[in-house]
Amino acid sequence: MILVWLIIVPSIGAILAGLLGRWDARWSRRVSIVAMAINLALVLYLWLRYFSPSALAGQGPWLVELEQPWIPQLGISFHLAMDGLSLLLTALTAFLGIASVVASWNEIRERVAFFHFNLLWALAGITGVFLALDLFLFYFFWEMMLVPSYFLFLWGHERRIYAAVKFFVFTQVSGLLMLLAILGLYFVHGQSTGSYTFDYMQLLGTPVGGTLATWLMLGFFIAFAVKLPMVGVHTWLPDAYTQAPTAGTVLLAGLMAKTGGYGLLRFVVPLFPNAALDFAVFALPLAVAGILYGALLAYAQTDIKRLVAYSSLGHMGFVLLGIFAWNDLALQGAVVTMIAHGITTGALFILVGALQERVHTREMGRLGGLWETMPRMGGVTLLFALAALGLPGLGNFVGEFLVLVGTFQTNIAMAVAASAGVVAAAIYALWFIQRTFQGPNPLGWRLPDFSAREGALMAVMVAIIAWLGLYPQPVLDAAGQSLANLQRYAGQPRAETSRYVGAGVPAGPPPEAEVAALKDQGANMGRAKLLLSRTTLGSKDGSAGASPSRFGPAGTPAPTQSVVPPRTPSRGGEP
Amino acid sequence: MTLDDLLVLLPFLVLAAATVVVMLAIAVYRHHLLTAALTAVSLVLAFGSLFVVPSVASPRQVTPLFVVDGYALFFLGLLFAASFAVILLSYGYLEKQEGNREEYYLLLLLATLGSAVLVASTHFASFFLGLETLSVSLYALIAYPRLRENSTEAGVKYLVLAGASSAFLLFGMALIYAQLGTMEFSRIASAQAADGNPHSPLVLSGSAMLIVGIGFKLAVVPFHMWTPDVYEGAPAPVTAFVATLSKGGVFALLLRYFTQVDLRSYSSLFVAIGVIAFASMLAGNLLALLQNNVKRLLAYSSIAHLGYLLVAFMAGGPLGATAVAFYLVAYFVTSLGAFGVVTLLSGPDRDADSLEDYRGLVWRQPWLAGVFTAMLLSLAGIPLTAGFVGKFYLLAAGVGPGLWLLVITLVVTSAIGLFYYLRVVTIMYMRPAEEEGATAVPTLSRVGSLAVVALALVLVWLGVYPTQVIQMIQATVAGLV
Repeated sequence: MILVWLIIVPSIGAILAGLLGRWDARWSRRVSIVAMAINLALVLYLWLRYFSPSALAGQGPWLVELEQPWIPQLGISFHLAMDGLSLLLTALTAFLGIASVVASWNEIRERVAFFHFNLLWALAGITGVFLALDLFLFYFFWEMMLVPSYFLFLWGHERRIYAAVKFFVFTQVSGLLMLLAILGLYFVHGQSTGSYTFDYMQLLGTPVGGTLATWLMLGFFIAFAVKLPMVGVHTWLPDAYTQAPTAGTVLLAGLMAKTGGYGLLRFVVPLFPNAALDFAVFALPLAVAGILYGALLAYAQTDIKRLVAYSSLGHMGFVLLGIFAWNDLALQGAVVTMIAHGITTGALFILVGALQERVHTREMGRLGGLWETMPRMGGVTLLFALAALGLPGLGNFVGEFLVLVGTFQTNIAMAVAASAGVVAAAIYALWFIQRTFQGPNPLGWRLPDFSAREGALMAVMVAIIAWLGLYPQPVLDAAGQSLANLQRYAGQPRAETSRYVGAGVPAGPPPEAEVAALKDQGANMGRAKLLLSRTTLGSKDGSAGASPSRFGPAGTPAPTQSVVPPRTPSRGGEP
Repeated sequence: MTLDDLLVLLPFLVLAAATVVVMLAIAVYRHHLLTAALTAVSLVLAFGSLFVVPSVASPRQVTPLFVVDGYALFFLGLLFAASFAVILLSYGYLEKQEGNREEYYLLLLLATLGSAVLVASTHFASFFLGLETLSVSLYALIAYPRLRENSTEAGVKYLVLAGASSAFLLFGMALIYAQLGTMEFSRIASAQAADGNPHSPLVLSGSAMLIVGIGFKLAVVPFHMWTPDVYEGAPAPVTAFVATLSKGGVFALLLRYFTQVDLRSYSSLFVAIGVIAFASMLAGNLLALLQNNVKRLLAYSSIAHLGYLLVAFMAGGPLGATAVAFYLVAYFVTSLGAFGVVTLLSGPDRDADSLEDYRGLVWRQPWLAGVFTAMLLSLAGIPLTAGFVGKFYLLAAGVGPGLWLLVITLVVTSAIGLFYYLRVVTIMYMRPAEEEGATAVPTLSRVGSLAVVALALVLVWLGVYPTQVIQMIQATVAGLV
């Protein structure tokens, strides 16, 4: 029931904020903060409850689960479930929800009630996306978050309508493609097993033929790639991120981008393991292209918000890279990057928004030397710029490092190329600080520094990003088991990865020493080490779809433990 | 005719009697509220009589002309409810108008009766009679505000084109009769099977002409030319009627006919309907992009929606039939709601059909703007509304038998559709122009507002918990297949 509350609380909050705000705008803000704070408290409660060492043993795949028939005629159920991955992302949603309300405290002055209605409604939809385990329900929430986020553009900047429509059309078309893929999967599953259902756990391991699997996988992939966004389908991003109001941008970049990453993790690879791994040949270069392209274009921008927008493109490239590298380290890295990017980019957009509110321009040429007048804001911005460039000690570093290490194991060339992106990030991030806060102040800006509210918000965000950088263990712990499950659902795709390393890798069981070495290497990665199992079950030639062992058993409701090769260290077996 | 036969026909008899009663009432005492109330009560009675019928017999063939089965009962209920909503909307609208208002209700009842006859017909004769009762009443309804120029124009346009389409329909029926010697749907099916030649030119051309006639009523491309003008010219509540009851009744008949006479046996007709569906989706959505008049915009959008419906219709089978029925319910609620808002905002001189009428509506009429937003989002197929579940159903029906081209067209065109729905929505939420002392806030009809809000609630209910309605549809409609 607690999962339903996570969705109901923001929905009720939305309605209350919409109603009370007509009477007094301040109540909209208060109600919104309270609603998201309740959500955050609920998630943290779940975190503490389920991730204490004692509670970890003997746990099923889901921490909390709820299933109710909804439209039984079509095999649709109201199926919500939370695992570590969902938990992290719902926590991020609740936190960034609060941050968006705080950040728009002064920025939004008209139609306050309607603004908060949309904001909370979108947050309810996003929370639902992270929790839904029925594909119909997932699509329902996926679409539900769209309209309110479209409306948030109404409070945006000069070219808001253009940006809003572009955003909406991109996401809607890709969403409908996903719907087609969902329906295709539904019928394939129904025809092969006789039970027509949208339930994720049952659809896992549906045997889909080669070409059809690729098409269905692409339907899902495009929808998620647009949200992420991946380079190639990213053209809505600079406009949308720039034109939306601060809260809208935080929502888009901090949360909706994560729904894309989440979807890839939860649906694309587990549902179509072979098709997805064949597609990795394209996805990995696209991810690297995103990293480099984002960094390059960020460097070329003179509009500070656009700069942050393009940097976000680069960071999400790391997420895509980590997901399609599909091994323990890379996946852990992708999750940490998602969380860290949510905080960093959220903070940067809030800072840029606060700056624009003060100087009424986003043009870097008109800024400069602001440190002398706003030292606190300068310091915090510098810190988050450093986080964005991947400075060790801050959250993004952990994520990007893990992604690079993981990718290195499967595809050295891509890892090397992606590392270049880290360097490029340093250039634009420092350039950005240089042009805005350092140097002379030619226009003689005299601006108010942080208000208490902004300062408090930034203090919390700084604390989180430092915590992620210094002690990421809780996050790794939380994500670890869900990632292990996802890998299990996807069968043993890592056998495939030998193709990227090179033909010379032996397909047989790896030497025990290597496993041990890898375990040592991963010793600091906490749960990640549990997952380090270099099982290579796949056939020697690695041809996709030929080896039944990489599928779940056809037709069974859910792939069971039996697909896991006996050598995989089971969770319970680890002391 | 036994007593049971009469009992089974009770819904029709109630409606037919009601027209006489209302006519006499007008002759004795001309009073707007009284007439409207009488009409509304008779519709409620007709609706109530639907629950008497199954206790007698269902399905039951009454004369060769009618069958009263679950399918017919379901659509009768839908039509009566929709007609009731139209009356609630019309009352406030007509209050603002000059001239005689009472005959309007008479015509409305007759049109409802015509469309009710359609959903229960199993014979060309009853099909044609129902269609003509509907059409003739609509000529008068469309041109009801006879002093408005474009209403008269719309009425005449509809008269000429509907006359032409009826001619096609009759000719088609004659050709089929000439070849097969029967006008009963079930016998046509069996005669055709016995004939052994499904591609007999007479039957094929006859069926093609039937499709022309029906296509005109449904306003699908290329028989859609009248739609924008008639939608624009007709008084807003009549537009709602044309959009829903008229099309819904004909679609129910189309589905019944081509389920009994298997559509897939005529491959050329199947392809032709596919082309019609494709063209309707594309043209409807593309042309709607260019409109600055809300009624015309909704007209083009309705062309597109009928195209969507044809996709599920072509998919056939129980899933297709259920999808059609559910989408029709969703479409009825949505269209009635959308035109209901237009009706409420309309003044005595002109209907509120210009996009400018809606600028900043949320500031003047927040509830109404909310309802209109919900309706437009439902037309666009956004979750939490009936339109979302409906579109999902259509896609599911289309994907099943693998009509990929049509399904992808549906997806792409509904994305195009978003543009113009969002355009209207965005305009409602924009700041109104400053100097606006002139446009006084119109007083809203209470009954009408109530109806519109109720429709919005139904819309959300269907969007969130459609199970009950789907159950009902499966119990009734799916029996057809």
